[in-house]
Amino acid sequence: MLNNYNSLAQPMWQNGPAPGAFYNFTGGQTPVQQLPRELTTVGPYGTNHSTAFSTTGTSVLGIRYDSGVMLAADTLVSYGSMARYQNIERVFKINKNILLGGSGDFADIQSIKRNIDQKMIEDQCCDDNIEMKPKSLASWMTRVLYNRRSRMNPLYIDVVVGGVDNEGTPYLANVDLRGRSYEDYVVATGFARHLAIPLVREKKPKDRDFTAVEASELIRTCMEVLYYRDTRNISQYTVGVCSVNGCGVEGPFQVNENWTFAETIKGY
Amino acid sequence: MFRNQYDSDVTVWSPQGRLHQVEYAMEAVKLGTATVGLKNKDYAVLVALCKPTSELSDTQRKIIPIDDHLGISIAGLTADARVLSRYLRSECLNYKHSYDSTYPVSRLITNLGNKMQTTTQRYDRRPYGVGLLVAGYDERGPHIYQVTPSATFFNCKANSIGSRSQSARTYLERNLNKFLDCSKDEIIRHGIRAILGTLPTDEHQGKDNAGQFDITVAIVGKDQPFKMYSVKESAKYVALAKLNDNDTPRNDDDDDRPSPPEEPTAGPRDPEVLVATEQRP
Repeated sequence: MLNNYNSLAQPMWQNGPAPGAFYNFTGGQTPVQQLPRELTTVGPYGTNHSTAFSTTGTSVLGIRYDSGVMLAADTLVSYGSMARYQNIERVFKINKNILLGGSGDFADIQSIKRNIDQKMIEDQCCDDNIEMKPKSLASWMTRVLYNRRSRMNPLYIDVVVGGVDNEGTPYLANVDLRGRSYEDYVVATGFARHLAIPLVREKKPKDRDFTAVEASELIRTCMEVLYYRDTRNISQYTVGVCSVNGCGVEGPFQVNENWTFAETIKGY
Repeated sequence: MFRNQYDSDVTVWSPQGRLHQVEYAMEAVKLGTATVGLKNKDYAVLVALCKPTSELSDTQRKIIPIDDHLGISIAGLTADARVLSRYLRSECLNYKHSYDSTYPVSRLITNLGNKMQTTTQRYDRRPYGVGLLVAGYDERGPHIYQVTPSATFFNCKANSIGSRSQSARTYLERNLNKFLDCSKDEIIRHGIRAILGTLPTDEHQGKDNAGQFDITVAIVGKDQPFKMYSVKESAKYVALAKLNDNDTPRNDDDDDRPSPPEEPTAGPRDPEVLVATEQRP
């Protein structure tokens, strides 16, 4: 055997291409990115993506008024029908321009929130005093969520993005798990879409925007109605307010409960 | 062939701490015709001197629109500039697709600088042989950036690059304090006056040689998407600028050693690069 001594020989060259192949210089650019493992690994019968959520937050309500936006959500994260975590904020301050309210699978909300927070840190690292605007974040969310749904692996979330831009113009939009999005002066997810939106639209003056006082009053009534009529709601909620004067999450507040009317209800 | 023993490769240092190949690339910028960039409170303006490369060719495009809020003006190798402009365009487009807004100028230029820097650090690459003046407008106002083949970039109040650009810079320096508060028309006129200084005296004063060069003007700013003026509009501003150009400097350039003072009108000329053999003062 002529080649028996091969085990002793050093390899011809290290860190190089295979004989006959070429070097592949990338010129400082990163090579084609590998997709994250969870998106690529294929089992024997195909890829199994998550099809159900476990811990969920219910409605988020957003109202745009003349100089800003208000977002409200209760502090409950349910495990199925169980009121599992009762003191978790679902309205977040993203930066001094943006508020985000999340409903749907809470793990997915936390995951996307971490991604967004990382983007805000990258913004700050540029050190140029340019911060993301709510419109940009909403656009980015539609791109991410639509991309995930196209991979048949959606994030089960329904979010409200609101805030003000540099000129102080308020912006309010909803982005859902398929990447659909729309802007309006009132935006809601979950049960609030059915219960709160009609209440707010009813109160809308035709010729002008809401004032801050009107908006906060509407938030209060809507959260009360939601508490009474949506089983997955609790009486505690937080409100995010974003205007040129500042951006932050206030609360927790308590719904003004009054169960005296319950005596009159019959038939259940 | 070699002007000294340390210029064979971009990755080779000279004992003086210089990268000669990178410095040669910087010389390529001085071979292109001059271009000026300047700004006032709301607008950034690019003015470029476009000359036909030969009797038979049309004038070359010196200003390249990138996006609604940004454009560049070039001096040096046009082919390299096209590669860079393609990069800038795709970056702006990607940003617009993701964020539904325009790319902040400072971040775009930082990323461009990072891309260009890699070519100065690898033996299998060469630096881009083109200098850029970038005019852009974003939420921080108007910007003028200068980008060089060494991949350094400068945020400028006003600047000029290209052959005989020193006289334009002298004009800009003398009038710098007028720029910020002047009107849109006035800032364009300042740009044209600056660039007129880069013309050789005879060309500048001649009456009937208008066909030998074109002055292209582009503007971007508040409520003004990047716009290149047509030949007609540019000519109007040139005429306005010439009306009272008492303070246009004539031929007081001192740093364009590679450009021969008298350019042969016909035939390709070989660039004479001199800088590497000289010691730094």
